[in-house]
Amino acid sequence: MAVAAGSQPLGLGATLGGAGRVLQRNLLVYRRTWRGSLFGSFLTPMLYLSAMGIGLSRLMANGGTTVLGGVSYLDFLGPGIMASSCMQTASFESTYPILGKIMWRKNYEAILATPIEVHHLLIGELAWIGVRMASMATVFMVVLTLFGIPRSPLALLAIPAAVLTGLAFAAPIIAFSATRINDSGFAALFRFVINPLFLFSGTFFPVSRLPGAVGWVAAATPLYHGVALVRGAVLDSMPASWPLHLAYLLVFFGTTAYLAYRLLRRRLVK
Amino acid sequence: MPPTDEILVHARGLTKRFDAFTAVNAVDFDVRTAEAFGFLGPNGAGKTSTMKMIACSSPVTEGELTVIGMDPRRQAAQIKAHLGVVPQEDNLDAELTVMENLLMYARYFDMPMSVARPRAAELLEFMQLSGRADDQVEPLSGGMKRRLTIARALINDPELIILDEPTTGLDPQARHLLWERLYRLKQRGATLIITTHYMDEAEQLCDRLVVMDKAEIVAAGTPRELIERYATREVLELRIPDDARGGLDGRLDGLAERIEELPDRFLLYADDGEHALEGVHSREIPIESALVRRATLEDVFLRLTGRSLVE
Repeated sequence: MAVAAGSQPLGLGATLGGAGRVLQRNLLVYRRTWRGSLFGSFLTPMLYLSAMGIGLSRLMANGGTTVLGGVSYLDFLGPGIMASSCMQTASFESTYPILGKIMWRKNYEAILATPIEVHHLLIGELAWIGVRMASMATVFMVVLTLFGIPRSPLALLAIPAAVLTGLAFAAPIIAFSATRINDSGFAALFRFVINPLFLFSGTFFPVSRLPGAVGWVAAATPLYHGVALVRGAVLDSMPASWPLHLAYLLVFFGTTAYLAYRLLRRRLVK
Repeated sequence: MPPTDEILVHARGLTKRFDAFTAVNAVDFDVRTAEAFGFLGPNGAGKTSTMKMIACSSPVTEGELTVIGMDPRRQAAQIKAHLGVVPQEDNLDAELTVMENLLMYARYFDMPMSVARPRAAELLEFMQLSGRADDQVEPLSGGMKRRLTIARALINDPELIILDEPTTGLDPQARHLLWERLYRLKQRGATLIITTHYMDEAEQLCDRLVVMDKAEIVAAGTPRELIERYATREVLELRIPDDARGGLDGRLDGLAERIEELPDRFLLYADDGEHALEGVHSREIPIESALVRRATLEDVFLRLTGRSLVE
């Protein structure tokens, strides 16, 4: 037989190259479903902002309130929904689709028979979720603009902040998925972790309203820090503590991504 | 292309352990370039674990293993670039079309599209799937999925093709089509490693094989050598009515070189089966049915382990 086509040595840039292939595969699938997916990303904020932002705002005191930092409830809610929707989508993408590739459809087994390695898989999947987050956050930004919420072009910084928020959930949840032998843990994950975070991490009301200990718990979760950054960017009211929020998200993401690598490797290479 | 003396896979004392369980226990074998090499044995004999170590998808616990002149411990990615792997269970990408499955796989091997496209089309042709290029994978029959999995394994023009139970679960027609394609690959000079628990598959495809049982290699050779060494030329299969079984009392003795008693029949190993059958008739042993056949690898396995390959 002829010389193998894939015989060039895998040297410099191989990591990005391999991860790029994994990303490319997901984009190939997404090419068929992106319209519905983006429409969903558009519909979610539209519904929340119409129902709660506009409806609920009317029940509240007119104009800004001091508790919300001097902005209307609609302004307060918009960026909060943006960050927490990214959390939810990133979390979902890290459960069933990942476990499916590990054990139901065995995509990873097929890919690992090629020169692609486990770290390529993980980086590729995280990159894919990053791309999803970026497109989702962009659509959100359009919706927020339709509602007249962003204060300045600096609001665009909310997009990378939302991507990072999503990734800070994707990495630990991929780690969790790598340990699952069926999908029964996922319902519990959403019921007991993701949904409570959605409700209590500053999306709908400031965490400062929560009683002491509960407030501390909320402040320890990545969503709280993500909401702080996204809201700060959109409303042009970045808190002085932004480097801490950013550092928290980066460290949390980095640590859990390494954990995800270890657990995926343990699961896939036996 | 006849097999050569060049050694493509070399294993000495190759061992795989999962915690306390030993899946492969210090096996030795050499696979030569351009031969079809078989691992024959029942489920759980250690065939798949051995395959996975060769395919660099499972780390070697102990022992020596060289694949295409490289060390799987240090050069897994380089080795994999030259392998084609067909797993036991199809793991095609159900979210992609038939053609996309091949093209995407080519990308995992870092092949440029300009090389991958014509190669994919050629492989679909070879595996008789051209008409299904744009179809989704799911509606394909089991045989078609298997052929696509093999086509996918060939996309990088591998030096070594590893097939783990390539025809398990297929109907006879689909199996024969697959055997014919694998035979053609072999004629073109491909090196094949095949695991199977079907002795007819091993006899059809393999130039040389090893018989595995309980994590060890119990015999090695060409199918012909193994049959000559461990069985006779022919076998007489006798079914004897249950009520007559008890009264046999050694009446079959001396009719054959060796006699195996199975739950449902007796196997009489003799170079001349018809002659043995005449003996059965002249001794007026009551029989339900009798069949004279050539000895197969199944008989070899029975001889070596005292058990059948497939229940």
